[in-house]
Amino acid sequence: MGATGIIFQREFNAYVRSPIGYIVAAVVLFIDGILFFGFGLGVEGAMLSGQVLRRFFYLASGMTSIAAVVLSLRLLAEERQTGTQLLLDTSPVRDREIVLGKFLAGLAFLSAINLATIYMPLLILVNGKIAMGQILVGYLGLTLIGAAVMAIGVFGSALSRHQLVAAVVTSLVTGLFFLFTALSQAMDPPLSRFFRALAIHGTQFLGFEVGRLHLRDVVYYLSLIYFFLFAATKVLEAKRWE
Amino acid sequence: MVELTEVTKYYGAKRALGPVSFEIEKGDTVGILGLNGVGKTTLLRILACGLRPSSGRVGIDGLDVLENPHEVRKRVGYLPEVPPVYGDMTVRDYLAFVGRLKGMTGGSVAERMPVVEESTRIGEVADMPARQLSQGYRQRVGVAQAIIHEPDLLILDEPTHDLDPVQIMEMRAMIRALKDDHTILISSHILPEISQTCDRLVILDDGRIVASGTESELEARLFASHRFSVTVRAAAPPVPAPGPLIRGVAGVNGAEPVGAARGKAAEAGTATFSVDGANDVRAEVCRALVEAGHDVIALARADRQLERLFVGLVGGEAD
Repeated sequence: MGATGIIFQREFNAYVRSPIGYIVAAVVLFIDGILFFGFGLGVEGAMLSGQVLRRFFYLASGMTSIAAVVLSLRLLAEERQTGTQLLLDTSPVRDREIVLGKFLAGLAFLSAINLATIYMPLLILVNGKIAMGQILVGYLGLTLIGAAVMAIGVFGSALSRHQLVAAVVTSLVTGLFFLFTALSQAMDPPLSRFFRALAIHGTQFLGFEVGRLHLRDVVYYLSLIYFFLFAATKVLEAKRWE
Repeated sequence: MVELTEVTKYYGAKRALGPVSFEIEKGDTVGILGLNGVGKTTLLRILACGLRPSSGRVGIDGLDVLENPHEVRKRVGYLPEVPPVYGDMTVRDYLAFVGRLKGMTGGSVAERMPVVEESTRIGEVADMPARQLSQGYRQRVGVAQAIIHEPDLLILDEPTHDLDPVQIMEMRAMIRALKDDHTILISSHILPEISQTCDRLVILDDGRIVASGTESELEARLFASHRFSVTVRAAAPPVPAPGPLIRGVAGVNGAEPVGAARGKAAEAGTATFSVDGANDVRAEVCRALVEAGHDVIALARADRQLERLFVGLVGGEAD
């Protein structure tokens, strides 16, 4: 196992051992459940099963994003706060291995939380008729949007030793990417096209909600993830020797 | 083993270290001594590959720290002033994590673990979460993580930081036991810590080396005189006072009253003098005092030579 795997293992276990992991999981599952009942199953009037599922993924993507912000804050900032960053700095480990190991651990824990919501789509499956493909593609979408926000969080966490600063930076940047959808609607072309292309939760996520997998959407999220992880690595490199 | 050539470190325009040049031979135990803020931690972090020098060359085991940082990091064990311990991990899990991070295989970590637990005496807390450890154990775990991968060079930054007297003695004993297997570099602002564990001293002041060598070399270089203290039970007049008597002995450069004369408690009717001789004049001083009618009740070589040396070099004031 390389350094990425070693760091992944430590960080994932840290989530499992810490109360924050369970608190985030409990809050996300609780609110997801309420939203699913209130705006999915509990809506008056007839709704197609596919539409209920689409609404579930739409709502769950918001909670996944919030959970990704909270889970990512401690990843690098806490190391500086407690002095353990010195151990990583003086070990034969590359900065990209540190960033990747931590990112993957956060994403794995987030995915475990998302997986625990599977009973909701299964409830629809039992009582209605939906394609398994829509469920799988929807969860892929949740994973990708969660990973993108987690990458932004890793970048925010790399900037400061204070988790509060990391929270502010991550929330602002993530909020900006969510805001691009509204901006695209308020503007005329070509600016509207530009903002639509950048929006984290606009047309990019729509395909996943309805079970349509587009390569361009996957590429968009992977690009976002790569960009912010690359930026986090560069921040870490700059700080490592100083 | 360690070679520094004209190394400097600037934080912006502020010079924190250097230029500093010195060498450490394999197997040496060297103490970096200096007051707080003179650049000790900066120097150690440069050697541990945690800080880039502004200029100069740092070589460890023939490797340049900037050209081969990862190779150097495998050869160095580093204990910062605050041990870098993850509170949520058990001690054993933490040491296994550090070992693997330093490039060891799972098998070699398992083989090494009992040896490290034995040498740092942490066996009884090995299954405890690190957050529950006392400061003494925390520091020992800090040493354990620094030696888990059997580094050639062991760097300890203030290893007795925040320890009680008993823990300090235990830590010194542990460091002495590690001398057989590692080249050791220790920093401290506490003299006994350095003088009791190190073969050689490097004294830093304002980021620069102001003296280096063994304790006796430094004393010989900086103190040409022989200093000792003599305590007398003074006879009443007309016997001449002991102070002028001592100063009248050939070879005595000076004699100053200490103890009660400087506000400290002393046995009633006694006086202590700090005598500075051009050579060893203890016998002559005692003879002069006794022949005049005084009783000599104590004679001691000044045992704070090193402390005076340190304070003199860094511009402080000895008490």
